[in-house]
Amino acid sequence: MESERNVTLAFDPRSGHAPAAVEVPVGMPRHRTYWQGVRRRLLRDPFTMICAAVLLLIAGAAVFAPWIGLVDPHTSDSARRLLPMGSPGHLLGTDELGRDMLARLIYGGRLSLTMGLLPVIIALVIGGTLGLIAGFLGGRINMLIMRVTDVFYAFPSILLAVAIAGALGAGVRNALLAITIVFIPPLTRVTESVTTQLRSMDFVEAARASGASTFAIVRTHVLGNVMGPIFVYATVLVSVSIVISAGLSFIGLGASSPAAEWGLMLNTLRESIFLAPVNAILPGFMIFITSMCFNLISDGLRSAMDVRL
Amino acid sequence: MTAGTTLLEVRNLRKYFPVRSERVFAPKLMVQAVDDVSFSIPAGETLGIVGESGCGKSTTARLLMHLIIPDAGDVALGGRRLGGPSGHTLRELRRQMQMVFQDSYASLNPRLSVQDSIAFGPRAHGAAKQKAVNKARELLGLVGLDPAQFGPRYPHELSGGQRQRVNIARALALEPRLVILDEAVSALDKSVEAQVLNLLMDLKTRLGLTYLFISHDLNVVQYVSDRVLVMYLGKVVELGPVEDIYHRPRHPYTQALLASRPSMDPDVRVERSPLSGDPPNPINPPSGCRFRTRCAFAEALCERVEPALTPARGARAHVVACHMHISGSGHNRESA
Repeated sequence: MESERNVTLAFDPRSGHAPAAVEVPVGMPRHRTYWQGVRRRLLRDPFTMICAAVLLLIAGAAVFAPWIGLVDPHTSDSARRLLPMGSPGHLLGTDELGRDMLARLIYGGRLSLTMGLLPVIIALVIGGTLGLIAGFLGGRINMLIMRVTDVFYAFPSILLAVAIAGALGAGVRNALLAITIVFIPPLTRVTESVTTQLRSMDFVEAARASGASTFAIVRTHVLGNVMGPIFVYATVLVSVSIVISAGLSFIGLGASSPAAEWGLMLNTLRESIFLAPVNAILPGFMIFITSMCFNLISDGLRSAMDVRL
Repeated sequence: MTAGTTLLEVRNLRKYFPVRSERVFAPKLMVQAVDDVSFSIPAGETLGIVGESGCGKSTTARLLMHLIIPDAGDVALGGRRLGGPSGHTLRELRRQMQMVFQDSYASLNPRLSVQDSIAFGPRAHGAAKQKAVNKARELLGLVGLDPAQFGPRYPHELSGGQRQRVNIARALALEPRLVILDEAVSALDKSVEAQVLNLLMDLKTRLGLTYLFISHDLNVVQYVSDRVLVMYLGKVVELGPVEDIYHRPRHPYTQALLASRPSMDPDVRVERSPLSGDPPNPINPPSGCRFRTRCAFAEALCERVEPALTPARGARAHVVACHMHISGSGHNRESA
């Protein structure tokens, strides 16, 4: 074997020093599974890695917020309202009730990130399943599922979320439910269109010709090929979800005071925008950074998942 | 497997596809893709199917596999029809009859290593994973690819010829009796095409296979086939032993088709296209003989009466659907 010869040449146990670089023989690509290849390409993409690092930092801080020495985000101090950035004891200043901005922004990440991820994950499972069924079975079932999603499509997504959340009443749980319902139709549609394309491909025909069951064909041949594009799309939706949930909180339909949530903070600080513009902008900046990172990661995923590169 | 017993028997196979019409209340139109096609293949033989594109060759293949459900007709493999108490189940029919597609890239899942692609069929039929993969690697060896080197690779890492070998291995993984080769070598380079053809011929004798070989390449069909079936607009126009068809074609369409081959001799150039125009629209095929609109010998009779497949004079195994070859048909060129 050519490969063995090269490997033994590259490392000599008698001399004991590690190889400078293991030579890979030409024309013999190392064999990885598909997802190993995706991971390798992602690790080589600097933009995606920076975004991932920023998100990890925000998420990690949010998760470990009680243990990283922050002041209580709910303690107000009316004497020390709207302190500017860099004030002693308040690194990022204070809000309109004198609560510590840094603590509130970090604690706010808990709710905002949950509101960003959870609806997308739930909608991905429901919409993805519906889309797979509609796309692979086709015919009347497809017609039924897709026409129902079309009804939801007729409304702009934010308006629909507002309407649903408004009908259900204010509160985090209802806002979550509203955003989930809004995301099911687009995820169904994307899954359906990718599945429909796949269904007519020769390798799916060949799998059908082998006499395999529909379930086995979907699991082995369809799911793996649908996952990539759907995953990319879902990542974009995370940022949309953060923005919509912030919007719902802003108009009073999501989280309510005194909870720390970026959209809600933006709403309450809005009145102080002329007194302390920097403080008022900070929650918006967090929303911007987070959704931007999700968008860029989505782009990175898309190119990393393209096997034909 | 004794040669001569019929392996595949196809009777009156028919498929009309509905066409979406532009107007709402327009009468429903049908493309007569495959119309009343019957043939049989003895075990161990190769039947070639030729015809222009759109004549129903590939649809016939898909109908046999029941990838498209036929409107009418019977498919019997090894004397057993599909369905019924003593018949094959669809799953069993598909296991015994496998297919190799034209597009070697599209017919492999880009996310699966080739050995997993080959192992999918046996696994779907209940083989344990390790056993199925071992079988896949064995088959890779059989089609001339080193299993250690090629087994874990992905389709995009292989050349067209290598991929088509993988597709052949995949088709063989279920130990079929009949392999349908739908333009299986048409997309390959000439040199690679020859290698794959030789591999197919070799596998046929080694494994005792029967082939249905669909191609538009007349030379390739001549090389591989024992008998040849000529299709035109969803109908069988001529069927006979390969030498008969190639040296004494009876149907004017077969004659034109064979005359359209580029000559290998520069002194005997094909100066004029033997057939002009496109085939008529299969939505409204011509009445009577479907070839009459392009036939030099067409008469009023051909418009009225559809010629039945009739044994040609002096060759019992050779059937042709042309009034000129039916005694007593009334065609002026019919020399009884």
